Order: sequence, then structure tokens, then C-alpha cells
Amino acid sequence: MNPEHGMAVATALTNYVFPNELHVHWSLMIVLYPYITGIVAGAFIVSSLYHVFHIEALKPVSRYALVFALAFLAFATAPLLIHLGHPERAMSMMFTPSPTSAMAGFGYIYSAYAIVLILEILFIYRPTLVALKQEATGFQKPLYNILTIGSDNVSEKSLALDHKIIAFLAAIGIPMACTLHGYVGFIFGGVKANPMWATPLMPVIFLLSASVSGIAGIILSYILIKTFTRKFIDMDCIRTLIKFLWGCFILDFVFEMLELFSHAYMATHHWEALRDLYFGPLYNSFWVAQVFIFSVIPLVLLGILSLVKLPDSWVKFWGSLVSFMILIQVILMRWNVVIGGQLMSKSERGHTTFHPMWFEKEGILVSIIIMLLPIVFLFILSKVFPFWLDDDTVAEKQLT
Amino acid sequence: MDSIEKEISRGRRTFIKKVLGGTVAGSLLLVIPAGAMDLANIPEQITGMRGKTGPFITEKKFAFIVDITRCIGCGSCCVADKNEYQVPDGMYRTWVERYVIDDEDNVYVDCPNGGLDGYQEPRQDIPHPIRDTFFVPKLCNMCEHPSCVQVCPVGATYQTEDNFVLIDAKRCVACGYCIQACPYGIRYINPETRTADKCSWCYHRVRKGLLPACVDVCPVQARKFGDLNDKDSEVYKILHQPHVVSVLKPGMGNKPSLHYVGLRREVV
Repeated sequence: MNPEHGMAVATALTNYVFPNELHVHWSLMIVLYPYITGIVAGAFIVSSLYHVFHIEALKPVSRYALVFALAFLAFATAPLLIHLGHPERAMSMMFTPSPTSAMAGFGYIYSAYAIVLILEILFIYRPTLVALKQEATGFQKPLYNILTIGSDNVSEKSLALDHKIIAFLAAIGIPMACTLHGYVGFIFGGVKANPMWATPLMPVIFLLSASVSGIAGIILSYILIKTFTRKFIDMDCIRTLIKFLWGCFILDFVFEMLELFSHAYMATHHWEALRDLYFGPLYNSFWVAQVFIFSVIPLVLLGILSLVKLPDSWVKFWGSLVSFMILIQVILMRWNVVIGGQLMSKSERGHTTFHPMWFEKEGILVSIIIMLLPIVFLFILSKVFPFWLDDDTVAEKQLT
Repeated sequence: MDSIEKEISRGRRTFIKKVLGGTVAGSLLLVIPAGAMDLANIPEQITGMRGKTGPFITEKKFAFIVDITRCIGCGSCCVADKNEYQVPDGMYRTWVERYVIDDEDNVYVDCPNGGLDGYQEPRQDIPHPIRDTFFVPKLCNMCEHPSCVQVCPVGATYQTEDNFVLIDAKRCVACGYCIQACPYGIRYINPETRTADKCSWCYHRVRKGLLPACVDVCPVQARKFGDLNDKDSEVYKILHQPHVVSVLKPGMGNKPSLHYVGLRREVV
């Protein structure tokens, strides 16, 4: 066959998109939504590793991880509300939900998780908050009054009870954090009309990438905050976190590849369209960026950091860099799943294109602002909830 | 002679009378609403629909049949649909696809402007001799197990007892989940109402005993609509006689109520 003809055939064969599918409906906001909820779930898991599984090395970040989770949780719904055509009707998802909808559960799961997280923070911080209340002046006084729920009792008996409540909340928090993010994966995995999304592995991949992004977020922010405030960095904690990050990321990456491999191996009638997608419009964002630069390289780096005894300064530098790369990997994964899945037309004969704009309602600028808001909120929270145990003698005593 | 003149003058008198009468009557018609649009004056196209009360028609089971072997790709249905609903440009409640298959078994599909302009020119970019070509009109499949209804978080998309899948624009939050869930790419977000929108098989017309607008205008009866509980209806006969009838993406398990006569395996 004449190669030119071959080209013409290839183009003609792959360019029919159903007329309503030229527009990508779930854009940047829906990329950010699972990204933010993932960070929340992952950070909570870090905290639970100490509070429930008693990984002592993680004690320095055990409280901080919860406040970090709260800062992101507060903005998890922001991209959803911006995305909705009628945000003023958003609450009808909670008041009059349709029981068959995979999406209708989000409000409940999110709220229940928020309640557990806030309660856990309040109980863990209670002795600290009581102490701070004594020193508080002006508007801080009523604030700490609310946060301590009116109780100043820090007797041993009372703290022992707090301990039990904390353990209970952390214990139910783990399945809830897993549900929160596994469920977000199911919102995509349950869409049978989209062969890229419709896989039972989707919740697993979302959950694993959530853990990974949460741990990476904690490592990066811990090193950055401590470095900029010129405070002591607990290297044992960092090294342990890196090992957990390595382990979770191995699982995450393996499952991500397995998912693609199963599609290719089973090669159902969808595979042709999926292959065209992965090797066509997603080639750079998936193979080059997500897989090679931001997965393979971090895997090697994490392996070295975990197995080789390196000087502290190296661990700090490479640990932050690799965490940053993992955070990019996870957002690339969200992009490739959310946007990638929609590029492929249900005609299975072609794909559309998507180029986000800077200044549209769901554009790049709004996305950057949304990602900055949790960081700003985290700074505000730091004024109320001291992150680190080493500047907090009250809590130090209680936890030991 | 006399009688002839008499006859002529009588005719003239009658003529003048009639002209005057006509003028008066015509003028009155201009002033008084003529009632030409009164539903009662339009013959019932679907029997037994007039005078029904209550939200649902329970004794009917509607089906839509598209006969691919008849469609000529004129685009009349698309024009009728756009007029009926003032569909915004770039969105399509119904569209007509053109399939071309060449001697090498390559399949070429296109649908410029949703087929609104009709297919007036043959495709020029096919490198091999063409062995077959046909048109496939697409519209809402009105599934028995609709994915869009399943996923809608607020129940804004719902199924009526007579097998219609409709959207309550007052409840829709425009999350877009139904758009992702529909295996047929039928749905879109209407930029004017900021809610999900799609073909409704002209529910408002059907309730008044009228055929869907696209069915009404099709010059070759490629689109057929009727009640499967009526054994005399054309749709009943087609589905119960040995025709080559199929639905789109049967593997999805959605059980569409939209059937295709002469559906080809190339059609997705």
C-alpha cells in the first residue's frame, strides 16, 4: 500500500468523535478534586501509622499530619463547586440524593470523615489548647474556649479517656480515609461507558496514589517548614517516611502499570481505542512524564534513599526533591485518568483535544489559587494548633 | 338573449356578494384568533393520547425505530429538531452520521455539523474505491436500564413509567456525571440553562398525540415511532417480524428502546 494512503487511512479511521464529545466536560477542577482528597486521605494515614500502628518514628509528624489533612480537606469541595453549573443546588445531593448514584454518597462520606478528623484534632490537641487558653488574650480566648469545648480538665484520668477516644477515632478514621479515596476512584471506575475508567482496579489505584501523595506532601512540607523556621529536623522520622513512601509507591506504580497491562493483554474491542489514546494524545503526559520522569526516576531515588546510608543533608535534599516529584506524578496520574479518559470518544473511532486556558472559570489560574488556599489555611491553622511537639511541652508529656 | 343577460347579471350579483362576504370574513379572521393552531384541529398521530390526565401514560410502551436502509442523509430531522428546541450551535440532540466503507474494508465516519446541512456532496478523501455507504441517525436510546438515571446524584434525570428518560432542569446541578455515563454520547450541557440536556423523543408532542418532530418530517419514513402495546402499530410489526433489527452497544446492558433496522456491524 502506498504509505501516503496508509497515512490517510490512519487519520480518517481515527478521527470520528461523537458531535457532543468534542468538548471535555470534566476539566481541571475534576483533576484537582481527587488530587486534594487524595492528599487528605494520605496525610491521615501517616498520622494513623503513629496513633494506631504505633510507628514511634513518626511521632514528630503525627499531629502535624492531621492539621495538614484538615487544611486540604477544607478545600476539597472548592473545585467541585466551581465546576457545577448550578452550585446553589449542590446541597440537594445531601438532602435529596439519588441512592443509585455513585456520586451522591460523596457529601456523606466527606462530612463524616471531616467530623472524625476535626474531633481527632481537638482531642489530640486538647491539653495544648487548654494550656494556650490560659495564656490567650483578646479574640483568642473565646476561640480556644470553643476549641476546648469548654473543658479545662487535664487530670490524668481525663487524659486517659482522651487517649482511648483518640485511638478509637484514629481506628475508625483509617477505614474512612480509605473509603473516602477508594470511593473517589469508584466514581470513575463505575462508569462502564468509558473503557479507560471502567476497571475494578481504579479504586485501588486511587487509594494507593492517595497514600503516596499524602506521605510525599508531609515529607516535603515538614522539611520545608523546619528548614525555613530553622528548627530541628528529626531525620529518623524523615527516613521512616521515605521508606513508607517507597513501599506505597512501588504498589501504586505496579498497579498503575498492571491496569494498562491488563487492558493490553485482554485486548477487548476497546483496546484499539485505548492504545491510540495512550500512544497518541497521552504519549507525553503519560509515558514521558508520568511513567518515566516522575515514576521510574523517583522509584530509583527512593530505593537508594531507603537502602543506602546517606548523610542527613543528602536525605533532606533528595527526600524533598523526590517528594515533590511524587506530588507531580500523582497530579499527572489524575490528569491522565480524568482528562485522558474523556479525550477518547465513545465512538471508539477518535479522540478530541483539551487545552486548559489561563483565565477561564475552570482554568489554570483558578487551579493554582485552589492549590494555594490549603497552604494559606495551613499557615493560619499553625497559629492555633502548634504543629511540632518539640515546642509544646504540655503535649510532649501527655503523649509519652 | 334576455335570459342570458339575466343570467350574467345574476352571476355578477352573486360574484359581488361572494367577494364582499369573503372580504368581511377574511378581515374578521385577521382580527379574531382563527383557532388554526388548536390541537383539536390537528389530527391525532398517536391514537389514544388525547384527554389523558396524570403524569404518566402507563398503558403504552413506546419504541423508536430507525431504518438505516431508508435514510438518505437529507438532514431534515436535524433541522426539525433544532427548530423544535432552539438547540444551541455545536450541541446536538440528534445527528446523522455518514458511513463509508472502501474496498479495503476501511470504515470512514463523519458527521459535519451533526448532519444539519444534509449530505449534499460525496466524500472526496477516500483513497480506495468505495464498496458501501449509508447514513445512521442517532438520538436518545431511552434505555430500559439507563446509566444516566443511575448516576445522577440528585435524581434530576429520571425514567417515566412509559419508558421515557427525561431531565428536570429545575433540579439538575450540571455535575456532568450523566454525560460521562451515557454510552452513546447523547448528552451535553446546555449553555443557556447550565443544565444537562438531550433528546426527549419530543415528550411534549407525544403527550398531545403528535409524533416526534424528526419522525414527522422524515421524507422517507426512516424514523418510526409508536406504541409496542398496540399490535397494529408499525413499530410493533417491525419488531415482531423477521427483520434485521438490533440496538447500539448491546454489550452495555442498557437495553435501549431505540432499535435500528438494518444495523451494520461497523456502527458504534
